[in-house]
Amino acid sequence: MSRLQLHNLGRMFGVVPAVDNVSLTLTDGEFVSLLGPSGCGKTTTLRMIAGFIKPSSGTISVSGTTISSPERMVAPEHRGMSMIFQSYAIWPNMTVAENVAFGLTLRKMPSSEVRARTEKMLSVVRLAHLKDRYPSELSGGQQQRVALARAIVIEPAVLLLDEPLSNLDANLREEMRSEIRRLHDEFKITTVYVTHDQSEAMVTSDRIVVMNQGRIEQVADPVSLYTKPQTRFVAGFIGRTNFLDGLSDGTHIRFDGFSVPADGVKAGPASFSVRPQSISIHAARSADEGRHGDAWWVQAVVAERAYLGEYWDYGITPVLSGQMLRVTAPPATSLSAGQTVWLAIDHRQAARVPAPEACA
Amino acid sequence: MRRFDPLTIVWVLLAAILAFLVINPMLRLVLSSLQAVDTGDWTLANYAIAYGRPRYIQALWNTLMLGVCVTALCLVLAVPMAWAVSRTDMPAKGAIKLLTLAAFVTPPYLGAIGWILLAGPNAGWLNQAWMGLTGSGEGLFNIYSFAGLTFIIALYSFPYLFIFISSALDTVSSEMEDAANVLGCGTLRTMVRITLPLVLPAILGGAIITFLEAIALFGSPALIAIPARFNVVTTQLLQFFSPPVRAEVAAAYAVPLLLITLCLFGLQRRILRRRGFVSMTGKGGERRIIELGPWRWVLLGYSAFVLSLCVLLPYAALSQAALAKAWGRGWHLDNLTLDNFAYLLFRHETAGQSVLNSFYYAGAAACIGIVLTLSIAYIVSRRLLPGANVLGFLCMAPIVVPGIVLAVGFYAAYAPPPFALYGTATLLILAFTTRFLPVGYAQASAAIRGINPEMEEAVRILGGGRIVAIRRVLAPLMRRGMIGAWLLVFIPASRELSTALFLYGPKTRTMSVMLLDLSEEGNFERLAALGFMLLIATMVIVAIGFRFVGRDFMQRRT
Ligand SMILES: Nc1ncnc2c1ncn2[C@@H]1O[C@H](COP(=O)(O)OP(=O)(O)OP(=O)(O)O)[C@@H](O)[C@H]1O
Ligand SMILES: [Mg+2]
Repeated sequence: MSRLQLHNLGRMFGVVPAVDNVSLTLTDGEFVSLLGPSGCGKTTTLRMIAGFIKPSSGTISVSGTTISSPERMVAPEHRGMSMIFQSYAIWPNMTVAENVAFGLTLRKMPSSEVRARTEKMLSVVRLAHLKDRYPSELSGGQQQRVALARAIVIEPAVLLLDEPLSNLDANLREEMRSEIRRLHDEFKITTVYVTHDQSEAMVTSDRIVVMNQGRIEQVADPVSLYTKPQTRFVAGFIGRTNFLDGLSDGTHIRFDGFSVPADGVKAGPASFSVRPQSISIHAARSADEGRHGDAWWVQAVVAERAYLGEYWDYGITPVLSGQMLRVTAPPATSLSAGQTVWLAIDHRQAARVPAPEACA
Repeated sequence: MRRFDPLTIVWVLLAAILAFLVINPMLRLVLSSLQAVDTGDWTLANYAIAYGRPRYIQALWNTLMLGVCVTALCLVLAVPMAWAVSRTDMPAKGAIKLLTLAAFVTPPYLGAIGWILLAGPNAGWLNQAWMGLTGSGEGLFNIYSFAGLTFIIALYSFPYLFIFISSALDTVSSEMEDAANVLGCGTLRTMVRITLPLVLPAILGGAIITFLEAIALFGSPALIAIPARFNVVTTQLLQFFSPPVRAEVAAAYAVPLLLITLCLFGLQRRILRRRGFVSMTGKGGERRIIELGPWRWVLLGYSAFVLSLCVLLPYAALSQAALAKAWGRGWHLDNLTLDNFAYLLFRHETAGQSVLNSFYYAGAAACIGIVLTLSIAYIVSRRLLPGANVLGFLCMAPIVVPGIVLAVGFYAAYAPPPFALYGTATLLILAFTTRFLPVGYAQASAAIRGINPEMEEAVRILGGGRIVAIRRVLAPLMRRGMIGAWLLVFIPASRELSTALFLYGPKTRTMSVMLLDLSEEGNFERLAALGFMLLIATMVIVAIGFRFVGRDFMQRRT
């Protein structure tokens, strides 16, 4: 019912495009994150959806009705949306209950119903006992919940969130991101969520839009985004990765310092993104030949190591190579720097990515 | 096709109001100085008359000398006190600050009246005391002199400098001084080599403003210089305005004052813009209090002495005179009376009215000014309209216009037909509005900038229009700031003299004009009573401001 559609959306600030040709369709009830580094145009996109910024090109429509275009803008108050701001923007001159009820009273609802809905909403976000407090008497997490309640209680067609958790401490952030997902599962509101924190996006979203320099890099669900990044930017931005850049001659791929069978990779530049956990460490090449039989084997030297509790983080440099690979290993495998090992690179878990611009 | 934006109408309306309040008077001032009265031909004759006599030029010279001397004296008064309060362990800092604030809000001409009672030739209390002590036949002080005038003006100008310098000193972190100490630099040398250069731009900037205030002042010169038989620019302007009124000559005579102000103000802005290095050190650094040992009593004594000169002594003299049948007879029970107040309020033709007028005009000007500046500040900060910055600039522009020059401009623009507003309350209110537009605008835009636009956007996305956002969220959040801004316009407007002087009519005297009239009659008891009322009213208003807006609200205009 609330299908949000961005079509070739663009916004210039002066001569610089902040958002460039963004097209995206959200199905009814879908939760989509906009993820990207600082300054990539997430907020601008979100504020265009909300109606605070006019697009320089393209259109935005909800369920087929155009609400934004360079010629015509529906005012934010007539879009039936809700937004949660980075600053929360809880009105300090109203109590918690008044804040939450505000959107309902604007809709000329009878006051008994306003009260009933407000109270129900407050108990959903577990704030019923604080309803007569003023915002200055609340903790950051509680204020965040007020903002959520205030935005959701009006049952908006679209819910917009701009880095809602960035002002909270780490523990609270984890708790609140699950809370946001829980509320979404309960109310099924079409949601656009802006963040630069990938784990936030992965926990909450049905699909993630990775943006860079105003453009969309990739739109995908969290699993495919991690396992099948389509661009080097996405591979590097979502999780940690090693880029292996090589040249295929049809039979072998030559990487820096070692070469492997081409296995059907056509002649030309061949680049792969290999996650640290897709590389395993072995004392000798023969070990576990069965399981790692068709892995790419390379002899290497441990250059540095760090113990992170949940795993070991190694920097390992293949012999004859200048490139250090990041490898994670279970806490039990302790190697010391300078030790020579064999790496098995599981290329079925590696993603083919475009070659770096310099080589292409 | 683009739809017509209703906000455009608002823009045009605001621009028209500012054109009326700011542009037209200044334009008329300059134009009328260049035109012959009867024919309207272009001419420089007005300038020839205005600067045609040695005594007119002497008045300009006196003004400049006065400005320089006042500024120098203010520095002597303000710098040690600001340093002591900001950086040392001098005791009783709170009391010193409070008394400085009292000096700050005292209208300079009231202080002048107090000092006439204290140091009038022979009859003044201090002279009486001197003669009593030494048996000399002649008093020590004569307030009716250039030195007396300098002294009085400085007493009531230095608080501004004090506030300015102490807030600059507050931003210099001790770490910078410590760094010098570690390298073997003594306390005094550190002061001179490190701290002083850091705050020097602030001192210079404050000194320029002090200079500008001093040369634009009318009240104290009228009370002191006229009896002392010398003129400054502002009193000379008054003479061009006494019958036969030669407004065009006054305009020509005022233009240089405007130019001087304009240039020095530009200079001040440039100096302060480069002071980045002071503010950059920020509040982050810990500030260490310098321990003075016994010297702290010396500094306290100095501060107390200065403040008793500008607050305690004149206030005492004023209240004694206000409550006395004849002030020269001193504090005796049978000399006490409230008749001076009764006379002013009930028997005098216009005095009671003038008190009401002052508050009415100031209140109206504050209301108009706040509504105007808030709307403009809102439009500017939310970038609602292209070209909004022009409106903001126009609001700040009167800051370079001395009050008396503004009055000449308003006279030139609105006294003649078709407006024919001379002597009306409307004209006074509008002139006051213009005069304090910059104060109002600075306050209004600070108040609006202090509120996150997201507060408003949250209203709009939930379905409320801009009006709802302003009414339900912006207005309640800005209430404190608005009261503060209103008071900061109201307080100076309620005692404004120089703007009122050329524009009032028989029915529209203000309290400040009334004071001047009474001083010409030479009845100091009634004069003091009127001043006393003004002082009490000011104190009450400042107290209200403290209560509702916070202790620092007076300082915020710096
Ligand atoms: N009002 C504006 N005027 C000029 N440039 C702007 C304006 N707003 C944003 N920009 C520019 O547009 C680009 C995108 O900004 P945007 O705020 O959308 O980034 P963002 O992805 O939200 O970043 P962050 O994660 O830091 O919030 C930035 O380069 C920014 O400098
Ligand atoms: Mg942002």
